[in-house]
Amino acid sequence: MKAVGIILAGGGSERMQALTQKRAVAAMPLAGIYRSVDFALSNMSNSNVGTVAVLTQYSTRSLNFHLSSSKWWDFGRKQGGLFLLNPTITPENGNWYEGTADALIQNLDFIEERHEPYVVLASGDGVYKLDYNKVLEQHVATGAEVTVVCKEMSGAESGRFGFLKTDESGRIIEWAEKDEHGPADGLVNCGIYVVRRRHLVQILEECQRKGGKDFVRDILIPSLDKKRIMCYRHDGYWMNIASVESYFACNRDMLDPALRRYFFVEEPVIHTRVDDNPPAKFNGVADVSNSLVAGGAIVNGTVEDSVLFKKVYVGDGSTVKNCILMNSVFVGDNVWLENCIVEARTKIADGTRIAGDPDDIRVIS
Amino acid sequence: MKKQMIAMLLAGGQGSRLGALTQGMAKPAVAFGGKYRIIDFPLSNCVNSGVDTVGVLTQYRPLQLNTHIGIGIPWDLDKQFGGVTILPPYEKTGDSEWYTGTANAIYQNMEFMEQYNPDYVLILSGDHIYKMDYEDMLNRHRQTGAEATIAVMPVPWEDASRYGIVVADETGHIREFEEKPANPRSNLASMGIYIFNFSSLKSALEELSHVPHCDFGMHVIPHLFRKNDNLYTYEFNSYWKDVGTLSTYWEANMELTDLVPEFNLYEEFWQIYTASEAYPPAFVAREATVHSSVVGDGSLVEGTVIHSVLGANVQIGAGAVVKDSVLMNGVVVGAGAELDRAIIAEGSVIGAGTKVGTGSFAQSQLDPRVYNSDITVIGAGSTVPEGVTVGRNVAIIGKTEQSDYPDGNLPSGAYIIKKGVRS
Repeated sequence: MKAVGIILAGGGSERMQALTQKRAVAAMPLAGIYRSVDFALSNMSNSNVGTVAVLTQYSTRSLNFHLSSSKWWDFGRKQGGLFLLNPTITPENGNWYEGTADALIQNLDFIEERHEPYVVLASGDGVYKLDYNKVLEQHVATGAEVTVVCKEMSGAESGRFGFLKTDESGRIIEWAEKDEHGPADGLVNCGIYVVRRRHLVQILEECQRKGGKDFVRDILIPSLDKKRIMCYRHDGYWMNIASVESYFACNRDMLDPALRRYFFVEEPVIHTRVDDNPPAKFNGVADVSNSLVAGGAIVNGTVEDSVLFKKVYVGDGSTVKNCILMNSVFVGDNVWLENCIVEARTKIADGTRIAGDPDDIRVIS
Repeated sequence: MKKQMIAMLLAGGQGSRLGALTQGMAKPAVAFGGKYRIIDFPLSNCVNSGVDTVGVLTQYRPLQLNTHIGIGIPWDLDKQFGGVTILPPYEKTGDSEWYTGTANAIYQNMEFMEQYNPDYVLILSGDHIYKMDYEDMLNRHRQTGAEATIAVMPVPWEDASRYGIVVADETGHIREFEEKPANPRSNLASMGIYIFNFSSLKSALEELSHVPHCDFGMHVIPHLFRKNDNLYTYEFNSYWKDVGTLSTYWEANMELTDLVPEFNLYEEFWQIYTASEAYPPAFVAREATVHSSVVGDGSLVEGTVIHSVLGANVQIGAGAVVKDSVLMNGVVVGAGAELDRAIIAEGSVIGAGTKVGTGSFAQSQLDPRVYNSDITVIGAGSTVPEGVTVGRNVAIIGKTEQSDYPDGNLPSGAYIIKKGVRS
């Protein structure tokens, strides 16, 4: 593909409560063995984007570990491959990334030195499957200056998304950024952009001169009337997981065999770092239904409507209902857990009873 | 550049006693435990023991092995110097030959070993399930100053005549060596794992180069014993399972479903590595029942699975019942099918409503030496059509159809090997 990929994976999120204390949103574990960033990374790899930079900043250890070898996504190449770009102190600059545009501005030299004519920008917290070549084709065909991937949503959580309106040609004419009192239905910005690389350099330089920091607020919205910023409608599954509600919902969605087939069986599939865990073990009294159980997990108790990540242990006489148990969670004997997300490596003592509400999931860490 | 010790892993044998399971692949490539292949155990032992140079000698149907091992990435054996090297037999000027015996195979790869100028050579075979620290064995070898050290383990006296038996004094100095003796005088069996001083191995192999079918147990060890009498044992007392027959293979798999298996793969220490792709977790549907089982990644269970080992991407349809069975990667069991004491190899399809493992044992009409238990075996890539009944101790290889089952029934002891199946 004629594009270089850039994944913005720098953020934490207050909406994730305790879950992003230990890791960036892009490193959030999903569907038992994956992490959020796997989706953008695999889309890049599957779209034949051979060079991808991942911009990291917030709580990077977990993400860096996940990306410490690029071979899982087939980026271990002599040409191109995976670049991790974190904020660095230079003679000109000693600041953190102060926004999406600022993060790109601080890496302008990387963008300038590439030779690919286009750039695919994507965020690391989206769960979706998309061939970026299709976005690029439309981008070229419509003569757009920037193409924004959008998804029609209904009942979206308030304040989390930018809502767009387009004219008949698909050109974006209105853009309402994240607003607590904003709409719940409409066309939502997925945070995936295609732009000509030289043009990106130009608009970033202009943004820098004006002291802008945010790609949407300071670059895209002010130029809506001057530039052809086009919408690409994504019809498939798309979920941004940067809140407890959506994180839980996305994991629950993965209980649907058809959705798993879409992501993980139908080519091209989503890739991830593979661990050396033995197969999941169901002991004599295990009673599991409608649940995912990852490798290395050992189940003795009752598990319903839940996702058990790698190396989870569920003890005798325990019941786990409608829960997400992240890596290596240890659930002792005679425990009752309902409507919970349990942070990785948490130990739940024998006899503990914790129940959240289906509409108010408890985060245990 | 040199290596202190390199390993030579003998992986060329068919393992004919595994019947249909080794129809299309060498024994070390046979799947085990819902995720692994048999060769993963010696390979992982090497890496965990600090042995980073392994020659894998292949001969019988090596495609699966080659694909599995690749350049050794899963074992971290993709190295600049050393790592894993596949060593098939090759043509030479003059007398080219296949590998005619275990020692002959090593002899034909003298050049490979010389590249690393090792002090010691570890000889391994690819047909056992165990975790063993070869470094500990090497320490013992160096302490005793032996020319060769043989790993041994105590076996039940009644089984001793099936093994190479070692008689040693209390220091482990080997006094006698008997291959499959009728009246064993010791119950210490050779595990087929040897450490040799490279110089001793090299001269012994050269001296024995004229011996047809030159074999370690039959020729090299007795030769060294006669020559210098400086052989020692290394006694091993942990889990070690020969999975060379259908019933031992089945048993070893079944043991993994124990509450706390004697051979525990769930410990952090001494991990077993394998080539595996990223599959989503196993999914157990709402109406399904799964217990006393291990279930591989990507599997989808809608029926009942009891006391069984399922590989990756296995599908069990609604209402199907799988009991006491081993299902390898990608097996599809149709709705309402029933399996009892079956071993179903990779990618096979069992039609809806079909029953496998019914009735009682009957002697095999195919090969009673291989098929001699009530386990029914279905080879890789086979198909069993819908609604048929298959007895016990049956072998099926190939894509079978309704017409292969007179009255919809294949009685115990019968077999079907479809024409066109590679053999």
